[in-house]
Amino acid sequence: MLKRLISSREALLVGAIAVLLVLISSRFPGFVAPSNLANVFNDTSPLILLAIGQMIVILTKCIDLSVAANLALTGMVVSMVNVVAPDLPIVVILVIATGLGTLLGMFNGILVWKLAIPPIVVTLGTMTIFRGFIFLLSDGKWVNSHEMSEGFKAFPRAEVLGLPVLSWIAIIAVILFSVVMARTTLGRAFYAAGGNPHAATYAGINVGRTQFWAFTISGALAGLTGYLWVSRFAVAYVDIAGGFELDVVAACVIGGVSIMGGIGTVVGALLGALFLGIIKNALPVVDISPFWQLAISGAAIIIAVALNAQANRKKGRIILKRAEHAT
Amino acid sequence: MSTTDRAIPDRLRSPLEQRLKSWETLLLAVAVAIFVANSFASPYFLNAWNLSDATFNFTEKAMIAFAMALLIISGEIDLSVASIIALASTAMGAAVQMGVGTPGLVLVGLGVGLLCGAFNGVLVTRFGLPSIVVTIGTMSLFRGISFIVLGDQAFRGYPASFSWFGQGYVWWVISFEFVLFGVIAVIYGILLHKTNFGRAVYAIGNNPTGAMFSGIRVQRIKFILFLLTGLMSGVAAICLTARLGSTRPSIATGWELEVVTMVVLGGVSILGGSGTIVGVVIAAFVMGLVTFGLGLLNVPGIVMSIVVGALLIGVIALPRLWTMWRTG
Repeated sequence: MLKRLISSREALLVGAIAVLLVLISSRFPGFVAPSNLANVFNDTSPLILLAIGQMIVILTKCIDLSVAANLALTGMVVSMVNVVAPDLPIVVILVIATGLGTLLGMFNGILVWKLAIPPIVVTLGTMTIFRGFIFLLSDGKWVNSHEMSEGFKAFPRAEVLGLPVLSWIAIIAVILFSVVMARTTLGRAFYAAGGNPHAATYAGINVGRTQFWAFTISGALAGLTGYLWVSRFAVAYVDIAGGFELDVVAACVIGGVSIMGGIGTVVGALLGALFLGIIKNALPVVDISPFWQLAISGAAIIIAVALNAQANRKKGRIILKRAEHAT
Repeated sequence: MSTTDRAIPDRLRSPLEQRLKSWETLLLAVAVAIFVANSFASPYFLNAWNLSDATFNFTEKAMIAFAMALLIISGEIDLSVASIIALASTAMGAAVQMGVGTPGLVLVGLGVGLLCGAFNGVLVTRFGLPSIVVTIGTMSLFRGISFIVLGDQAFRGYPASFSWFGQGYVWWVISFEFVLFGVIAVIYGILLHKTNFGRAVYAIGNNPTGAMFSGIRVQRIKFILFLLTGLMSGVAAICLTARLGSTRPSIATGWELEVVTMVVLGGVSILGGSGTIVGVVIAAFVMGLVTFGLGLLNVPGIVMSIVVGALLIGVIALPRLWTMWRTG
């Protein structure tokens, strides 16, 4: 039991994060002060939300490269709605953001499910299409801070029990999806559809429909994050969160989610996101140029995936998986 | 240009399945339709120099796309190609600062490309890691190194003889890059369709286990394909750097997606096992013509990306919708 716990990916990652924090705090004790750690968590919350959705998609042997574009499009739409109707209650904004994100996710899902187009092709396409739509909608203009209503900007910042709402949303999502993945039929279907699609089909699971729901969830979370992103940074334009989809995939990979499907946990995605978030926030503190960040996260991805592969190296199983994949 | 358009497919067409042939015919029809539509839409389209300029939209990306096509047919993918361009370009820029001449610069560019390809190849074939994750990692790593070296600076001062690779013309409106594109297309066409190596690539993509048991050295061939993709990224880096005359770490951002789009649009199955070089050649022209035609009509670049994205999904979705409708 203890041995299993120590060798689990999550434990390894917690250890890595702890070592990272110890190293940073040995020179800059202020970094591990609770208030600063709370800031780091808050800063990482959008990444956590998207990583949860991405993890579910990757579990079903798919990938969603359109999440950042979905986020940006939803963010632009709600900002423009806010400019037109500043008095709209935040609840309505949240519903619009989540609803639009869900629709965009469903569009990906339908193409994957009904037309059986490979997910990487679908989301590569919708990624550019969504970005283009932002330009068409906004005419390339920015929605700036002064055009947004106070309520619109205040929501993710509002403090509840000492933490901003943004952090709470991430915490609630982690808890909610941990339960969904472990305790519901749909949650188990995600694992089954990715772990062994053939067996899942014989067990009465519609693999295509399961993938559709994975994309829908990923889209919904991206839409919600879209509003949170633009209100937190108080600006919306075409290129917000550009390239963020790769950070999201990186968080999943670092968190031990297998790109071959069927393996991964919500906690893993959370830890992977936190690992990246801590590095990103620590670089300026330890006086390393932010230009190092890209190379460091790249190296982290490669090391993480190499460690993951070492952890579940079972030759026979891998060959079977490949053969299965090829048919 | 329209003659080469037809000549290359004639020469390279291989007796593959009927379905693949019809795919390329469909794509060719799309290309011709776009060409005709463009000539009606803008009076500036049918101009030799304008058309020659238009080829720069796709030649560099297509060079990588040929190698990428082989890699995708074998069931792997390389998303780090644009970052290899950035790193190779940065290395060439650094070499210029040290006073290296044009032949040396070319060697540096090709060498860095090969090294990056080898790095990807070792991680995928030796350590058995999934290529999509490895190359997402190296995509950040390679460009990250460029950012570390350059920061917000740029390398300039490339020698005039070097610029010829990106700006030179071989004859009249035929640019060096376009000739190189043609030569590389022919080489890859022969490699994929006329050699044992090419047959092995298809075999690996269709059934890696079966290929292994038929005596094909699966890992070695995959490693060579990663090397080739790295090498072609190095070639593209030389052309692009020579054309732009400067290196910034953000050079060629987002190209990996355009290269993959080009390959998939060309009828290469993203799941591996099928596809032709002819298809990729036509897809390169389609993307080049669309971008150029819309550019002449003053359509902003980002709107073109909608068209490219819709093309990518539409070209795959429509035949499937058609079969669904036919079969009820």
